[in-house]
Amino acid sequence: MSEKKQNVGKVFLNGVITENPTFRLVLGTCPTLAVTTSAINGLGMGAAATFVLLGSNIVISALRKVIPDKVRIPAFIVVICMFVTIIQLVMQAYLPALYESLGIFLPLIVVNCIILGRAEAFASKNPVVASAFDGLGMGCGFTLALTLIGCIRELLGNGSVFGINLLGTSYQPMLLMILPAGGFLVFGSLLGIINALTNRKKGAAK
Amino acid sequence: MSLILSSAPHVRSKDNTQRLMLNVIISLLPCVAAGIYYFGWRAALVVCVSVVSAVAAEFIWQKLARKKVRVYDLSAVVTGLLIGLIVPPSAPWWMLVIGSFFAIMVVKQLFGGIGDNFLNPALAARAVLLASWPALMTSGYNVGKFDAVSGATPLLSGASVADLLLGNVTGAVGETCKIAILLGFAWLLFTRTIRWEIPVISLASACLLGWALGYDPLTTVLSGGLLFGAVYMATDYVTTPMTQFARILYSVGIGVIVVLIRKFGSYPEGVTYAILLMNIAAPLFDRIPAQRIYGHTKATKEGK
Repeated sequence: MSEKKQNVGKVFLNGVITENPTFRLVLGTCPTLAVTTSAINGLGMGAAATFVLLGSNIVISALRKVIPDKVRIPAFIVVICMFVTIIQLVMQAYLPALYESLGIFLPLIVVNCIILGRAEAFASKNPVVASAFDGLGMGCGFTLALTLIGCIRELLGNGSVFGINLLGTSYQPMLLMILPAGGFLVFGSLLGIINALTNRKKGAAK
Repeated sequence: MSLILSSAPHVRSKDNTQRLMLNVIISLLPCVAAGIYYFGWRAALVVCVSVVSAVAAEFIWQKLARKKVRVYDLSAVVTGLLIGLIVPPSAPWWMLVIGSFFAIMVVKQLFGGIGDNFLNPALAARAVLLASWPALMTSGYNVGKFDAVSGATPLLSGASVADLLLGNVTGAVGETCKIAILLGFAWLLFTRTIRWEIPVISLASACLLGWALGYDPLTTVLSGGLLFGAVYMATDYVTTPMTQFARILYSVGIGVIVVLIRKFGSYPEGVTYAILLMNIAAPLFDRIPAQRIYGHTKATKEGK
């Protein structure tokens, strides 16, 4: 197996910006749309996914020469499940409110395609340190995106960000924004804006 | 000799977007007048704010997106007028501005501008406003002549047919006076702006199903926003099916869903959702073949 040495800083930034899982790869849209009704939910979901990504990437990378190719997906899932169970129990114990509001989407991190995607595309082919940074970068990119969407939706739909009222009491909250339709609207608009900016940058580079 | 090769249509007429839209605007004037008569100056203000903000939204988008400015085709004016006529007369100005901007920018321009909207922009705006500010959208009907009226909407209580026809009931700005709507319908038919099938079939199917479910058939048609929706919203060129059979299916669907929502749904009125649902279904209806092609047989399993 040919393993190039990778610049860990580059790997990290790749996850946050160049291949941002939410806005560039458009992976993991289910939790992105479902839990971003408030900034704190987005941040909590992102943090949980980052922990799982980091852990599973390290373990899968360490075991990459032991896991037989034919059963690699079940093996990855078992590893991911372990970390999801850990984060679920920790959150239930120390952050019960967040645990309640994330609900079913916390155990569903097991089938989050970002995590399985990184295990398959990166961790199973790269050494441990690079995989750890890849997991961390992807996790941070995911967290940033979810918090951003959560902030916008909470601001418009509730007049607050992280529970702090910003728009005053006279603001009539736009309830649509914290309904599922608002999630699609904000996500779609952000995707469009980011694509437009990227295209403009590409055009300027030419 | 120069040969001009072009695709259909080869027959040209004087009709253009601006003319058609102007006809729709003329046909809406009785509704605007009736709204002002019953709800007072607030109704005029509501309509003005919606029209101005819809046109502004169109202009701003086309400037920002560096597109050709096509405000003069009047389609934004129609959208603004329609929004102003389907909201409560006491709707606050900022709600109208948000509704108009949503209709023009999100529903129309983001999907490709005029001719490419996948939903009726005005109705989509109403659905957004209803989901966002349900309290403001379901109250505030009692202004102008109705400042002393309180009670259930006429959809639920029994209003006389004469009152329904004249518009002497509470409701959104433009949907109450049925005579004004019928005048507008007549103008649209006279100028051949729309065809009669969609409004008539959707009203008839609502009437029949309402009668079957125990409603008074005439009141079913005349109450709420059904007539306004059937004449002005369901007939939007872009969001209606192309083939005759699909159009009938579309119209029946509207009538049926309206009555079903009224009877079984948790909302008092369902015209908005009925038409929006059928707008989404329209492209699917179009895929039903209009006629069997001669010599064409259904493919059998053996692949013969």
